[in-house]
Amino acid sequence: MTRRRPIVGPLLVVVAMTMAACDKRAPNTLDPQGDHARHIAGVWWLMFGLAAGVYLVVGGLIIISVVRGRGTEHGRPSRVGDNAFIWIGGVLVPIAILALLAVVTVTTTRVLDTHRKGALAIEVTGKRWWWDVRYPTFGFRTANEIRVPVGRQVAVTLESTDVIHSFWIPQLAGKTDQIPGQRNVLRFTAERAGTYRGECAEYCGVEHAKMNFVVLAVPSADFDRWAARHAQPPGVPEDELAARGQRVFLREACAGCHRIAGTPADATIGPDLTDLGARRSIGALTVPNDRDHLSAWIVDSQAVKPGNLMPPITLSKADLDALVTYLESLR
Amino acid sequence: MDERHELERVWSDAPGIPGFLSTVDHKRLGIRYIYTSFFFFFVAGLIALVMRAQLSGPNQHVVGPTTYNELFTVHGTMMIFLFNTPILAGFGNYLVPLQLGTRDMAFPRLNAFSYWVFLLAGLLMCSSFFVGHPPNGGWFAYTPFTNKEFSPGLNMDFWGLSVMFVGISSTVGAVNFIVTIFKLRAPGMTLNRMPVFVWAMLVFSLMILFALPAITLASGLLETDRIFGTSLFVPAGGGSALLYQHLFWFWGHPEVYILFVPAAGMISMIIPVFTGRPLAGYVWVVTALVAIAFISFGVWIHHMFATGMPALALAAFSGASLLIAIPSGVQFFAWISTMWRGVVRLSTPMLFALGFLLIFLLGGITGVMVAVLPFDWQATDTYFIVAHLHYVLNGAVVFPIFGAMYYWLPKFWGRRPSERWGRVSFWVMFVGFNLSFFPMHILGILGMPRRIWTYPSGVGWTGINQLVTIGGGLFGLGTGISLVNWAWARFRGEPAGEDPWNADSLEWATTSPPEHWNFTSIPAVIGRHPLWAEKPVPVSASASPDSTFALGPEGALARQTPITNGIETAPEATMTIPHETYLPLLTALGIAVFFLGLLVNGVVVGVAGVALAAMGLMWWAWRTDVDLR
Repeated sequence: MTRRRPIVGPLLVVVAMTMAACDKRAPNTLDPQGDHARHIAGVWWLMFGLAAGVYLVVGGLIIISVVRGRGTEHGRPSRVGDNAFIWIGGVLVPIAILALLAVVTVTTTRVLDTHRKGALAIEVTGKRWWWDVRYPTFGFRTANEIRVPVGRQVAVTLESTDVIHSFWIPQLAGKTDQIPGQRNVLRFTAERAGTYRGECAEYCGVEHAKMNFVVLAVPSADFDRWAARHAQPPGVPEDELAARGQRVFLREACAGCHRIAGTPADATIGPDLTDLGARRSIGALTVPNDRDHLSAWIVDSQAVKPGNLMPPITLSKADLDALVTYLESLR
Repeated sequence: MDERHELERVWSDAPGIPGFLSTVDHKRLGIRYIYTSFFFFFVAGLIALVMRAQLSGPNQHVVGPTTYNELFTVHGTMMIFLFNTPILAGFGNYLVPLQLGTRDMAFPRLNAFSYWVFLLAGLLMCSSFFVGHPPNGGWFAYTPFTNKEFSPGLNMDFWGLSVMFVGISSTVGAVNFIVTIFKLRAPGMTLNRMPVFVWAMLVFSLMILFALPAITLASGLLETDRIFGTSLFVPAGGGSALLYQHLFWFWGHPEVYILFVPAAGMISMIIPVFTGRPLAGYVWVVTALVAIAFISFGVWIHHMFATGMPALALAAFSGASLLIAIPSGVQFFAWISTMWRGVVRLSTPMLFALGFLLIFLLGGITGVMVAVLPFDWQATDTYFIVAHLHYVLNGAVVFPIFGAMYYWLPKFWGRRPSERWGRVSFWVMFVGFNLSFFPMHILGILGMPRRIWTYPSGVGWTGINQLVTIGGGLFGLGTGISLVNWAWARFRGEPAGEDPWNADSLEWATTSPPEHWNFTSIPAVIGRHPLWAEKPVPVSASASPDSTFALGPEGALARQTPITNGIETAPEATMTIPHETYLPLLTALGIAVFFLGLLVNGVVVGVAGVALAAMGLMWWAWRTDVDLR
């Protein structure tokens, strides 16, 4: 009986790691792409090694202890007395392992807490169920997509105005809660360019499952270019249809909740839409961002992400078409 | 024979429903606790299977987000408050007086009251389903999400009020255990001869007394925010969201050990019996249990590592959390050492004990991992924690409970469950358990957060989730096999006899099932393993003809039991055991009506409830003699 576990355990780990490795998009904490996650992955592998050793030894002792006395009348004597056994296995060895882990805890925590000069400040507010993202240095705002430069530390100030959320990018950094009435700061450096999945890790209500985001780590020069461009609000739409879409946006309920820089729409109840057309997804990673999904979202977002706080919008077919054209033109 | 008739007459409850509603017999109440808790276990288990069906693939729609959130909230709440805690109290109720060699608990009517409160609190929680507002804020009910603004329905009121209500049951039960253990031990049962399970129940009770006020406060203040509009936990009103978490986990972490300690106590009873040798390191094990109780009050912050507190404070709690591995390690090696030089009999209870060892070993190891601050920043709120907590609370508590059922059922009913089906059940549960919960560690490492009602495809979680669901179904099947096995044994099982396992503790010195009065004559305890020392167990001699201290049959005939000195256990007085009474039920009902009034915001209902409870309590206080017939 007892033979099953020790073999199945590590086997499952290997199988799962292989499965995950095949899927490049898995937000695997053991495929770290940032300093914070990399240090923690190192701690994990150390602990995994110790754990596997301890499990095999102690599990082995359990099995031996069960079979050892079989066939005897009163069990087999042992040179190691009960007290010695407990002293060694229950006290001394654990203390040695735990002391090692305590040292690792303190040193790693200090490394992760390092402030670097010239860190890029980003502010992220958790909302039900999306993310409001601000770049105070550049004075612009976006949602659900966070662009960071590779190789430069970012200091993300985390807040919430409603319930508790938790900000987590498995491949870049461990999580930090966003608590109303409190500002937490998470510091990390993306070490390789890529697109990383971010998630809300604290249960925050109906659509906690669909409160996700992406982090785009890009080369520093690309980031600067992007930031410079975004510091300028989008111009007046040149396209006839898009211009009509803008009028629809400002006339209908949309402007009551959303903001688009350079227009009178300045509400912050819903996500900022200033660069909506450039985003990969809508609904905080719920569906891909294309004309069909955007139309469906506007008409009845409840069918796409049940429970979200946006009401259904009734528009004529032509107005909807114009609105979608306008929104997709915002880049 | 005459004496027996007379004893029957003195001790029997009224037949039928009146006796059922008014009994104060610790054995009937203990069994009832166990049945009721198992009812909640299977309900919460079925809920888990629905959740697993929903998560068996990406973008599924077995249930929607609203229902899913209700399901995981109720699953957790029910398992902790209505299954795990009360079932251990149930075993304690049944076994502690028998293992101490006395005739009932110290406060038999309080014992009945405690059961009725538990049942009514459970029903209050379940009634939320029938009015369509099951709790939905997580079993931890974090503010501000559970404040009125974000959870406007009655859902979380059902949670807060039931939790406060059921807390009364645990508190009263804890007091009862402590007094029973200190004052009703048979002569000779000094503290260093007490069975480890009794020690565990003592630690369990003391921990409850110190930890429970925190959750009562947390849920109580949450309800004042919700019902009376205070803003203790409302940041916008100057309150603190984090204060709630401190209060909740100040209870919440000790609670984990409140559940684990009695389960470990059960294991310390089972392993020696099926190894044929006394527990190695009795003093070590008892010291470890007490040490766990102390350390567990200093680790609660490890549930809050990601809340942004100063790193130094977090590191201190990280260290304390690592420390708690030592008393667990001590117990572990005491168990292994016991088996090392014994002859292990692989009967069903022992299989469950061995399953427990292999599961708890991993749960303990992952517990050390998540105590390491940096790793917890990745692991917390992911399936890694779901895996860890189920290894600890399901594996290391439910496996001992199943083992304990197979071990003590012959005593409860005088009949034995099928050994073969017991083994089948164990294997199906053991394989199902590991298949279900082991892969969850990997899901957490692969970035899957907890409490999500669905997940997309293409993030690497699908295959593992399918495995988890299959394992969950298998585990459920295994528990079902045991349920059927027990039900069958209740009516058709082979007679068990007094001592089917050749065990050492006093509950096996009496008939199976024991008579209402447990022991006609109180045993004289001459060592830590009375039945292994001398069989039948000798009885205590009366001190003098004038003051027999109810030690002999004359005490049983008078419905009395001896009170002994807490240290040397010399008899010093007698306690009269009350007859059956409706007062505990009446008082519990009054409190239930009060909570109902709070729930529906009905002042009249609330006042009526308080009046009824007050009436019950006053009657109870004044009519002591009447209940003694």
